[in-house]
Amino acid sequence: MNRLLVERKVLGENDRIALELRKRFRAQGTLCLNLISAPGSGKTSLLESTLRDCRPQDRVAVLTGDIQTDNDASRLRRFGFPVKQITTGGTCHLDARMVERALADWPGHNLEILFIENVGNLVCPASYDLGEAAKIALLSVTEGDDKPLKYPSIFFRSSLMLITKLDLLPYVPFDLAEAEKNARRVHPGIEIRGISTVTGEGVREWRLWIEKQREPHRLAALASVL
Amino acid sequence: MHELGIARTIAETVERELSKSGGRRPRRVGLRIGVLAGVEAEALQFAFEALIKDTILDGMTLEVESRPVSCRCSNCGDPFVVRDFVFDCPRCGTTSTDCVGGRELEIAYLEVEDEPATRRT
Repeated sequence: MNRLLVERKVLGENDRIALELRKRFRAQGTLCLNLISAPGSGKTSLLESTLRDCRPQDRVAVLTGDIQTDNDASRLRRFGFPVKQITTGGTCHLDARMVERALADWPGHNLEILFIENVGNLVCPASYDLGEAAKIALLSVTEGDDKPLKYPSIFFRSSLMLITKLDLLPYVPFDLAEAEKNARRVHPGIEIRGISTVTGEGVREWRLWIEKQREPHRLAALASVL
Repeated sequence: MHELGIARTIAETVERELSKSGGRRPRRVGLRIGVLAGVEAEALQFAFEALIKDTILDGMTLEVESRPVSCRCSNCGDPFVVRDFVFDCPRCGTTSTDCVGGRELEIAYLEVEDEPATRRT
């Protein structure tokens, strides 16, 4: 028997493309945010609320991934910002190549913010870097406060956990403190915010969080112009 | 279920390596998978076996080495293994967020038979 050393990352090709995308976003001053959650946690509703609050002159766009249908893109296009659907046709996550292809024929070069709405899935999207500045894990209060312990890789890799559907809190046995404790257990540095797109609670804090992430990108955009 | 796509990448890598090794028969491919890689080893085994059936890789096995989460303490610099999601440095107690291991998804080695398949009788 002969042992040959291979030493290769299985997702090396994905990581290579993601690195290219990240460089491109940084050079353009585009903040790219990768939204990940289980199906039905409120990714599209969050984006609807976010786009509704944007000014017409804001350079914001959305790439939205689904296994089938372009329902999400139709919902999001109503706000007048560029939205593109990536239909994965069975694949349970977006990968960097899908994002690269989607951006190839798209006016993405002067964007301030690019939201990527991943396929609804708390497992697979964790493995695929899309070149984003930050992953955001959404957890709705109807799902249970132990989700961070059940799906640690997603919460471990996310910069922010956004607890959604806060308006339903009185009706479900979801313990906010417990959810925060569980998230910090698998990722001590994770930031945590709560939001309800129905009552508007936490919407301002969400906007402030995005603005804070934009700071280094805004400087990069400025530097590229000067 | 992204394990099938990952299994396909592994099979392609093995085939590429085999073509470099002069047509030897593959026996085993060794992987390192971090516990936070988001990849289920059993599902990957299942996908890999299904994928290589009736191909030149048929019969080869996948050996998975599971890698724990590990950190380097931001205070004292000591490396330590995170067990049961306790990120506190066992030496100085500082909570660390600087993870150096646990996300691996790597092909480490490939074991092939000594003789090229064509020369076997």
